[in-house]
Amino acid sequence: MSDAPADLRYTKSHEWIRDNGDGTVTVGITDHAQEALGDIVFVEIPDQGREVDAEEACAVVESVKAASDIYSPLAGEVIEANALLNDSPDAINNSPYDEGWIFRLAPNDMAALSGLLDAAAYQQVVDDET
Amino acid sequence: MGLRTPLFSEHERLGARIVPFGGWDMPLHYGSQIEEHHAVRRAAGMFDVSHMRPVDIEGPDALPFLRHLLANDAAKLTAPGKALYACMLNPQGGVVDDLILYFRGPERYRAVVNAGTAEKDIAWMQARAEGRQLSIQSRDDLAMIAVQGPDARTRVEPLLPDGLRASAMQVGPFFAAEDAHWFVGRTGYTGEDGFEIMLPSADAAALWRALVAADVRPCGLGARDTLRLEAGMNLYGQDMDETVGPLDAGLGWTIAWQPEERDFIGREALTARRDHPDRRDFVGLLLTGRGVLRPHQSVLADGRVVGEVTSGGFSPTLERSIAFARVEPGTPADCAVDIRGKPVSARIVKPPFVRHGRICIEL
Repeated sequence: MSDAPADLRYTKSHEWIRDNGDGTVTVGITDHAQEALGDIVFVEIPDQGREVDAEEACAVVESVKAASDIYSPLAGEVIEANALLNDSPDAINNSPYDEGWIFRLAPNDMAALSGLLDAAAYQQVVDDET
Repeated sequence: MGLRTPLFSEHERLGARIVPFGGWDMPLHYGSQIEEHHAVRRAAGMFDVSHMRPVDIEGPDALPFLRHLLANDAAKLTAPGKALYACMLNPQGGVVDDLILYFRGPERYRAVVNAGTAEKDIAWMQARAEGRQLSIQSRDDLAMIAVQGPDARTRVEPLLPDGLRASAMQVGPFFAAEDAHWFVGRTGYTGEDGFEIMLPSADAAALWRALVAADVRPCGLGARDTLRLEAGMNLYGQDMDETVGPLDAGLGWTIAWQPEERDFIGREALTARRDHPDRRDFVGLLLTGRGVLRPHQSVLADGRVVGEVTSGGFSPTLERSIAFARVEPGTPADCAVDIRGKPVSARIVKPPFVRHGRICIEL
């Protein structure tokens, strides 16, 4: 059983979003997503300062199996990416919600965050898939 | 739902992630593909390969038939138990399938063919056997477990039937031993020592459980693919197929050109292909930049496309990405691969990348 913490928001494409309370959010992929991908061996993180649209592909996670695009959940500016993933891509497998975060975003419209899935709705997405 | 091997419930019990493969439901991994890969390189791992198909070819015409059917020469097999890797070609020189042929004794051979192609292969063989004195018997009554790794043979030894143990432990690489029910080949698809064990389906689960108890790690198709890639071994349907023949897939060494009078299917087409300007080199690639090589990515040199990756992935042993690619002859060693629209630098190397646990290329 994969884990989806109640204090995060989610997307149908299996990203999680944490409200940092300072006008920024942190984005990663869920426990369910990392488990489905298998051992992760490479992550292409976005450049700092990149402007992204909502649902724009802005990072790539490659597992032993395949490459998967990671989509920005909201429009905004990438203010930091997790450089740890350059050397330790498996941090996503081992710690999807903490050390395995992928990038930090300053959304253009913080209110749009509440339009994303809550944990219960995301769990429903996962249940419907299996 | 796909076909299931006699070991399917063992895989489920071990928590395998099951995926469709060649019409079968097979384990992809049992948790971590990378850990499974390392177990085979460092100690011992095992694979359920019961989806592959043994085909027994027996009779007075078996040898002349096989010498016509295969691009490698079955007449090379003179010592009982000896195995031969061969391609079965169509008249256009494409590969119908690749297989291992074991010589069991005068007029008795066993071929082991791929899962997804088994029915096609048997129909192909039967059509070409017409009018010859031989039988072709599909052995779907047998299960098959490959135990691979430096410790594989010693862990298998106590689990073999008493009457087979001594002879199985004595066979050299690429030889097999058998008793009335079990067939043990010192062959594999990983670049490590080990056995491929064919046995009655009813015996398979007991052997599998005994191997688990002997600390042989169950491994899925994922590790099987990265191990064979590191070992420089081709995958049918990816590196060669009915339209891409052995000369364009690094399998020239499996064509027995001598004796010249041997008439095998595809010989004429291969002869024409040898010096054809469209013939491509089959090479290994080491990604020196960042990313992962995958099938169908373009190989670039001098700013243009000069080839294509056929098999690629992450090598757990090298901790780098490696691949096989089909490229224009004369492609410079320092080249690039188009990964999501960006050229990433790569170097042409000669496979294998890894054999017997040792890295064989310069990183």
